Amino acid sequence: MRMPAGGSAAIRRLAQMVSVVVGIAVVNFFLLHLAPGDAAQVLAGEAGSATPEYIAALRAQFGLDQPLGVQFAKYLAKVLTLDLGFSVRQGLPVAQLILDRLGPTLLLMGASLGFAVLAGGALGFVAARHAGRPLDTAISALALLFYATPVFWIGVMLIVVFSVWLDWLPVGGMAEIGTGRTGLAHLGDVLRHLVLPALTLALYYLAIYTRLTRAAMLEAYGQDYVRTAVAKGVRPRRIAYRHVLRNALLPVVTQLGLQLGAILGGAVLVETVFAWPGLGRLAFEALFQRDLNLLLGILLCSSVVVVLANLAVDLLYAVLDPRTARA
Amino acid sequence: MTGTLTISAARPRPAGLVARLIRRPSAVVGLALLGLVAGAGLAAPVLYPGDPLDMIGAPLQWPGMDPAFPLGTDMLGRDIAAGITHGARISLMIGAVATLVALVIGVGIGAGAGYYGGRVEAALMRLTELFQTIPPFLFTLAIVAVLQPSIPTIVLAIGLTGWPGLARLVRAEVLRLRDGELVQASIVIGASDARIIGLHILPNVLAPVVVSASILVANAILTESSLAFLGLGDPNVVSWGGMVGAGREVIRTDWFVAAAPGLAIVAAVLALNLLGDGLNDALDLKRALR
Repeated sequence: MRMPAGGSAAIRRLAQMVSVVVGIAVVNFFLLHLAPGDAAQVLAGEAGSATPEYIAALRAQFGLDQPLGVQFAKYLAKVLTLDLGFSVRQGLPVAQLILDRLGPTLLLMGASLGFAVLAGGALGFVAARHAGRPLDTAISALALLFYATPVFWIGVMLIVVFSVWLDWLPVGGMAEIGTGRTGLAHLGDVLRHLVLPALTLALYYLAIYTRLTRAAMLEAYGQDYVRTAVAKGVRPRRIAYRHVLRNALLPVVTQLGLQLGAILGGAVLVETVFAWPGLGRLAFEALFQRDLNLLLGILLCSSVVVVLANLAVDLLYAVLDPRTARA
Repeated sequence: MTGTLTISAARPRPAGLVARLIRRPSAVVGLALLGLVAGAGLAAPVLYPGDPLDMIGAPLQWPGMDPAFPLGTDMLGRDIAAGITHGARISLMIGAVATLVALVIGVGIGAGAGYYGGRVEAALMRLTELFQTIPPFLFTLAIVAVLQPSIPTIVLAIGLTGWPGLARLVRAEVLRLRDGELVQASIVIGASDARIIGLHILPNVLAPVVVSASILVANAILTESSLAFLGLGDPNVVSWGGMVGAGREVIRTDWFVAAAPGLAIVAAVLALNLLGDGLNDALDLKRALR
């Protein structure tokens, strides 16, 4: 009975997505009405900086001359049809702006997460196999240090070392401007620009996955099936890989889903430091220009990305642990 | 059958806790570092009276160039040492108060959901799930941007987005306790809900909450400094993150301006995480927040 179970999980996630979108629409609506002054003025930025026509357009768009209930219904209807409004500052629809910037952010997040999970998993694995010995202490101390270091400061310091002092890697951007590179040369250029931001974003999560893998492995080592494997004479290396690591991966995957929202937040900082043209940088620009309509649109879309990612994690979970697919 | 009433969750006594805590190297290092940061914050008004945002020296003096400015000055001639000590006050204060806000919401929602169950639980956990889905830093950013940055709005925003993990933790603990003999016996003798929650449940949930609180303060300090780095700090007070952000403009020549306040953030956050780890071990908890 695997299919029906998987299907109902997907339906549950879809229902969750709709309720999340509605929930965030409520939150956004509240935020706009909480702000000092008229919501149109809040949306347009500080009073006086926007033209009267723009304010009037915003009033009409949000129906601000109507009762609160009607306003909310209209706003919700727009959000549910993915009409996120128009960003006058950028001169494009909000949905368009977000779609354009989604790619670079996903590339950055994917590279960071991939590195963090692989390196963190490896470090945690090594630490758990040497638990209590100096190597474990060194790895754990390093993880604690990365865990406590603010991501924006790591970024600034990596620029100082690798771009200013050593001059190995570019300080920012996603590609050299005006070189007209194509194909492999362009790809290489993008990868060179990706190294520092991806590393910056990865270190914090590397720390998390190191600690998590270590703890999960130590817990798995205490399980009966490991004792059984030891008793029947399975070699320690095989136990570590086959019996312990595989089971320790489950909590790591769970955390991966939970952490995605936080990583998007980290992307705002990293993209700002490295001028990476993604969603986070767009959020910073929106902030800087007080384009709140755009900022709230980004908030909504990134939440939807989190829900979708959790759906992917559910599916991955079913592959890693067949028991959950039948549950 | 009054004997059952004396059974309670086995938690170490406070006196034993201190003894256990000082045997943990991580807790000792954490406490020492935290003492250093808090001491710097307390001493700031004495060591550096006056506004740390005032320009009081020649700009961009390197550390050691002028004994009056041991950590140098930034591009506006502000004393970096003064900024770091005053920043310690602000960071710890914002971290503590924001955590208090998160604790009130998280413990309230978690305890309510765990104790009452049913529809109340379903509704409260839906809300928790929603808050967990919205990327927390972006959410904080949006709240501060809409309400305008000031210390109260920053505290509110960090507290409002920091509670979901705590609520889940408290709910799980309360669920465990609710079906335990202590609470069941109290229900039998007719104790009120308020009495049961206040007297039997919350005290037994305290240990994991205390551990979580120290990690929440660390996260709040990170969030506050990140906000300030992006230019969303309170413009009237000095902030470590804001100092890094300002120093970023001169990293090609004077990298120490951005480096020094960053190290202060690392020290404060590391101290609180170490303390959390130490408390976790000393209280013999299996799991706390993250």
